[in-house]
Amino acid sequence: MELQTGRALTLSRRSFGVLAAASVLAACTRAPRTASPDAPLRVLAINHVWTQAISRYLPEIEERIGRRVSVRMLTADQLTSSFNVKLNASATDIDVMTVRPLQDQMMFARNGWVTDLTDRVEGDAGYRWDDVQEAPRERSAAGGATVSVPVVTERPALYYRKDLLEDVGGAPRTLDDMMHAALELERRDEGFFGFVGRGQRNGAVSQWSSFLYSFGGDFTVDGRSGIGTPEAIAAYEFYGRLLRDAGPPGATNMSLEQAMPIFAQGKAAMYVDADAIYSNFLDPTISSVTDTVGFAPFPAGQAGSVPHNIPSWSLAINEFSLLRDDAWEFLRWASGPEMVARLQAEGIPGARQSVWDDPATLAVFPPDLAEAMRVNAENGVGHDRPEVMQVGRARDIVGRPLVAGIVGQDVAAVAADASAELDDFLVRDNRQQEF
Amino acid sequence: MATTFEQSSRRLKWALLAPALAFVGLMIAFPLVFTVYLSLTDAFGAVNAGTSLVGLQNFADALGDTRRFWPAVGRTVVFTVGAVALETVLGLALAMLLRKPFRGMEVVRTILMVPLLATPVAIGILWMLILDPTNGVANHLLGFVGVPPQEFLGSVSQSLPTLMLIDVWQWTPMMTLLLLAGLTTLPEEPEEAARVDGATAWQRFVHVVLPMLRTTVLTALVLRGVDALKTFDLIYATKGPGGGSDFEAETLNVYAYGLTFDYLEYGLASAVLVLFTLFIVAVVVVLRRRTERSAS
Repeated sequence: MELQTGRALTLSRRSFGVLAAASVLAACTRAPRTASPDAPLRVLAINHVWTQAISRYLPEIEERIGRRVSVRMLTADQLTSSFNVKLNASATDIDVMTVRPLQDQMMFARNGWVTDLTDRVEGDAGYRWDDVQEAPRERSAAGGATVSVPVVTERPALYYRKDLLEDVGGAPRTLDDMMHAALELERRDEGFFGFVGRGQRNGAVSQWSSFLYSFGGDFTVDGRSGIGTPEAIAAYEFYGRLLRDAGPPGATNMSLEQAMPIFAQGKAAMYVDADAIYSNFLDPTISSVTDTVGFAPFPAGQAGSVPHNIPSWSLAINEFSLLRDDAWEFLRWASGPEMVARLQAEGIPGARQSVWDDPATLAVFPPDLAEAMRVNAENGVGHDRPEVMQVGRARDIVGRPLVAGIVGQDVAAVAADASAELDDFLVRDNRQQEF
Repeated sequence: MATTFEQSSRRLKWALLAPALAFVGLMIAFPLVFTVYLSLTDAFGAVNAGTSLVGLQNFADALGDTRRFWPAVGRTVVFTVGAVALETVLGLALAMLLRKPFRGMEVVRTILMVPLLATPVAIGILWMLILDPTNGVANHLLGFVGVPPQEFLGSVSQSLPTLMLIDVWQWTPMMTLLLLAGLTTLPEEPEEAARVDGATAWQRFVHVVLPMLRTTVLTALVLRGVDALKTFDLIYATKGPGGGSDFEAETLNVYAYGLTFDYLEYGLASAVLVLFTLFIVAVVVVLRRRTERSAS
């Protein structure tokens, strides 16, 4: 390049051409399509006790694959947004992903963002894919291919105050008992509530699903909306009344983050949420109910006790990853029988039947919680939200009557309107599922 | 052909300008053009998957959506007009109070700046804690004066007004500073003449100060109005996706974000964003014209 100096800096035609060509070439150069031997295996994961636990064992897998493993943790919303942004750009800087099989997986598979693992899971005798419980195994497939492997399962638990409930007959066995106890124990003028639970339109849907199933309903019936049925309306009205008449103010703005502290601070008699969060109530630094909290199976409704039992978090491999073989080794290690047994013994429930059959893996849980988990797993349904591609939009529709119930509106009318909206949505969503 | 000094010099100018031009092109022009392109497609799920052109279908869908789009437009207008009007009135009042020098003026001005320095997400979380219906300090204070506990951000009906008040709390100081800057440039003679003629303080303010301050007020309105129209972080931090359980605080920005990141409907989201941009441009043009007319 001939940058000439004189009265002013000038550039010859040839130098200008060389500079322009070099710039264009630099801009058009593609990144190498093979990973460097020094490149770490990158795991983009949910900020969850599972991720924190598995991180302690990383040296084992690092030795096995001969490269460093880098784990980055994000909250669920941040994780989904991060996947959307990065994978829309075909990013190669994620190898292993934690995904919510019931929330993201179908969309990710449609987009071609997750690797088909069918041959790997079925062709590996040591991995024992058939040992994975049926419901989580079924939920690992999308578009006819296995695209993830489950690592954490979840059911609802009824958390209750043993000291207060014993005056009204102990932990409620039916939903009617639960309503009765909640109304009996609430002293809202004094800031004490009979029941606390999620009330946000979208966030409450998964926990409300167990109420819906126990009233005999489901989100969809024969491919059409099920939220306008008498069973669904009864479940909406029941949950709405529970929060409206016995719950805290501002319930419609409450998700896990707002509801859980109310129970942990001893301000509510009962709370229904994921069993995975039980340790929050046993930690004296954040809970004032460590000695009084009890755990019970989900109470029975008209259709019995029918809670959800779902794979809440699974592992998948980014289709654009340059380290897919190493990523599979990670999945194989992190979700194999040995690691699941180890983590379940630390209090993180997995999806392997052989592990659940081993009482030693349940010893860490309080006995009444272990029993509640066992009963809920036995009665459980494998989904806690509509099984569609656009889960977020479906939850927004399904959650509308839920909010109507909490604020005391005409639930039947709102449910009828939401049901019609869900039917229209299902037609569009089914069309999108043809991939 | 020999290269003249002018030609060579011109090339050097372009070579030096190129990085800045490329940056502007990549960071501003490309996203704008790509958003307009996406708004004309059925992009869904992934933009790196196949898409088809659908003409103006997304615009028709958005404009025909009375369930989410139009209510979001209404809330955007209510939030902006309500918050900016209050900020202007309070900002003007504070600017008039701070106009004359007094002891401790610097301290007062510094305190006024504090809300401006905090990030909207931090402010959102702070106010969520203050206004928490069960544990918040606001209901405790209201209890002392006999007011029953309020749900504030937990209520479907109180959320938008509460968010407007938080916005007023944060941005009134900026209006104060802008208007104060305008006030200090006004000549003192007209006001002095009005005082000699026996005009009251209110008459001097309405008939002398305000007409002279008109251009500054309109400029402040444009700046704050455009900013308020685009409010996202405060609403999202306090109300979450969809602006709350009954979409009670869902403005156009929050709606477009939800379409993009929760529903992955990139085509429709882009159409909403294009309409939103046109809406903002229209507001700016109207206010600018008024400013120019008043200046002339």
